Amino acid sequence: MFGLHYNLERSAVGLVAFIVIVASIGGLIEIAPLFTIDETVEEAPDMRVYTPLEVAGRNIYIREGCYACHSQMIRTLRDEVERYGPYSLAVESSYDHPQLWGSKRTGPDLARLGNKYSDAWHTIHLNNPRDVVPESKMPAYRWLLREQLHTDDLGEHLAALRAVGVPYTDEQIANAPLDAYGQANPDSAAAGGVAERYGDATNIRLFDGEATRLTDMDALVAYLQVLGNLTDAAHQPQPEAE
Amino acid sequence: MIADLTRAERLWAMLILGALGLIGLAMAIGGRNDLLGIHGWIVLAAGLAGFIAVMRGRDAPEPSAERLNEYYDAPTRVGLILTLLWAVVGMGVGFWVAALLAWPDMTFDVPWLSFGRLRPVHTSGVIFGFGGNALIATSFHVLQRTTRARLPDQISPWFVLLGYNLFCVIAASGYLMGLTQSKEYAEPEWYADIWLVVVWVVYFAIYMRTLARRKEPHIYVANWYYMAFILVVAILHIVNNLAVPISLDSAKSYSLFSGVQDAMTQWWYGHNAVAFFLTAGFLGMMYYYLPKRAGRPIFSYRMSIISFWGITFMYMWAGSHHLHYTALPHWVQTLGMAFSVVLLVPSWASAGNALLTLNGAWHKVRDDAVLRFMALAAIFYGITTFEGSFMAIRAVNSLSHYTDWTIGHVHAGALGWVAMITFGSLYSIVPSMFKRERIYSQKLVEVHFWLALSGTVIYVFAMWNSGVTQGLMWRTYTESGGLTYSFIDSLVAMHPYYIARAFGGLLFLLGALTALYNVVMTIRMPAPASDDPALDIPAKPALQAGE
Ligand code: HEM
Ligand code: HEM
Repeated sequence: MFGLHYNLERSAVGLVAFIVIVASIGGLIEIAPLFTIDETVEEAPDMRVYTPLEVAGRNIYIREGCYACHSQMIRTLRDEVERYGPYSLAVESSYDHPQLWGSKRTGPDLARLGNKYSDAWHTIHLNNPRDVVPESKMPAYRWLLREQLHTDDLGEHLAALRAVGVPYTDEQIANAPLDAYGQANPDSAAAGGVAERYGDATNIRLFDGEATRLTDMDALVAYLQVLGNLTDAAHQPQPEAE
Repeated sequence: MIADLTRAERLWAMLILGALGLIGLAMAIGGRNDLLGIHGWIVLAAGLAGFIAVMRGRDAPEPSAERLNEYYDAPTRVGLILTLLWAVVGMGVGFWVAALLAWPDMTFDVPWLSFGRLRPVHTSGVIFGFGGNALIATSFHVLQRTTRARLPDQISPWFVLLGYNLFCVIAASGYLMGLTQSKEYAEPEWYADIWLVVVWVVYFAIYMRTLARRKEPHIYVANWYYMAFILVVAILHIVNNLAVPISLDSAKSYSLFSGVQDAMTQWWYGHNAVAFFLTAGFLGMMYYYLPKRAGRPIFSYRMSIISFWGITFMYMWAGSHHLHYTALPHWVQTLGMAFSVVLLVPSWASAGNALLTLNGAWHKVRDDAVLRFMALAAIFYGITTFEGSFMAIRAVNSLSHYTDWTIGHVHAGALGWVAMITFGSLYSIVPSMFKRERIYSQKLVEVHFWLALSGTVIYVFAMWNSGVTQGLMWRTYTESGGLTYSFIDSLVAMHPYYIARAFGGLLFLLGALTALYNVVMTIRMPAPASDDPALDIPAKPALQAGE
């Protein structure tokens, strides 16, 4: 074996080929089957897609780096299920490009945050966390209420998401900016279309408490309120946590 | 720098820089309504500045043919300085984010000063800025010495070094503006990723072209590691960054994969960024500079073979230990755990090989702070890999995951191993690279050593304590069967540790500043009257470490 290696060391191309082959095996065996084995992701016929406003909110979550401190993955451990709710299923993040499972909990897990607090609580909390949780280490995101939300390219966002596999319809793509506006303005004419296109369970509210304009806060709160609520699958009977 | 280039190379350089400037202009115009436009201006400025610099030096005389009898070290010199500058920036931001976790009100209502945007500036700054520049600079040095061949030309090394730093600047400035893919250690957006692929292909080509001209029949072990670093990082980078931009004039993209497949791909990437960026490349450094400084050959050639192929094969299976108890199928978790535990064998083979090489030279370790940096790095490498294999066991990970224990492990590796081997290697080549007799102040090296060691120990112990405390608090039950502590109780318990960590980090940062000062002063020392280049030229056999 060491004799063979003695010869391998004399060939740059040989070394390169060997390194590539040897290093590729693990990934191929562990990743490729995840796309083909059916049991990897559960069935969830009730799964709905994110609305344009929620997509925009998710992008703000990414922009501000919330994932650096918050996970969105409840593990199959008893204490986590008791603290946060039913453990996370693969299907719940199947429209998440990319997933935001996270690797560090400086703050609590957010996988089941939706509908846990009121919109008003979220708005105050994001504006200055220490107004509601005095010991919090979270930054104060005061600019969220100031920034006007960009909605004009939301159609392009949905189209790109469709290109990677999220089932948006042409109608949803065409109406994306309008739907974003409608979802945060329940009294406007645009609100009806949102429920029509995304289902009656969609939250259509004044997320930041103000009707006058659409802010980053509207989008982020809309996103936080839908976390864990895209499907009911996790609340159906599942094997016990460990 | 420009006088080193041949006339033809100067034209090429102008062509490349001009093209870069035009790409920047196109980005600036196309992306004028998007943050992409700002990056366009940065690229344009970089291309233009380079173009003007080459243009002004265009008429310098052709470099003498004698240069071909010497190694080409100018890129290494610049790379070493960039390494130190990024060290100060990356660790400075590290200290700042550590302080933010202790005193969160220091965001001052400025978006780019908030923790979530600064944290990736820290991680990319230290890993890619500091670590990457150190790897590129030393790889050029080691490659030439171990092949006894000069780099193939004068332009591609600059392309790699400066192009890579442009990538780092785009990455860090992007995070500040909120541009990120959110995948840890793969945050830069699609256009930066494409640029890195271009740079990387040229880097690989330099390696192969130099190896093709080598005058040593055998390729020395340090080069195996540098090659694995270049090749595997390319594979990981391309697969994990597959994404669809929303349009060509926007910075935003959506990753091709989602959910569980994306998570597995991300941590296959993430763990192997650790393995092939933070480990393989730095092992390459260790296998060359440590025996050289100690003046002893590598203890065992066979151990280095076993270790190299063990690491190359097994690390790629281990990524799923980042996803224990998650929605990832159980069989993948089990495979990841098993390979992570066995991974300890090749890891300790390398750590042991390094320490056994020092056997018989312990008096040098005692007297020479530079060698001590490297010896300590090998020890920390052993500690970190032992800890890592332990944390990869599912039951242990159930406690450590999501807590500061991970952060402690990371920095045992990052400060104790990556940074220490880098500082040791750097000190050992700075005098010869800048043609000085010695480092400006050996005393300051000693001071740096103790700052680094105490900073690391304080940092790591603080995080071990906070991590284990946090993990235990989350799973403590009252007698009546309810959870004892609220989440916020555990956060309050972290506060003193966060202060201690910031203090440890500050010591480490001060060490890096000492290094910068010491190197600058070394460069400013007068050159010795008689420098004898005959010792370090391609034609004569260079001192071969190992075998
Ligand atoms: C002055 C020294 C340093 C200080 C004060 C420091 C501080 C920090 C802080 C506060 C975090 C965030 C932890 C959290 O989110 O809870 C962090 C993360 C990180 N740092 Fe450092 N750091 C330092 C040096 C380094 C170096 C030299 C490296 C690498 C070569 C490094 C690599 C990382 C990595 C990879 C992470 C992310 C860890 C994870 O996500 O699990 N750090 N650092
Ligand atoms: C045998 C070698 C090693 C093994 C088996 C190993 C294993 C692990 C494990 C189990 C985790 C925790 C994953 C989690 O719970 O999220 C981890 C995290 C990490 N390790 Fe290691 N480790 C090893 C060596 C190293 C070395 C040498 C470094 C060098 C700096 C390093 C850097 C990191 C980083 C940066 C993370 C944090 C990733 C993140 O969550 O962002 N590891 N490692």
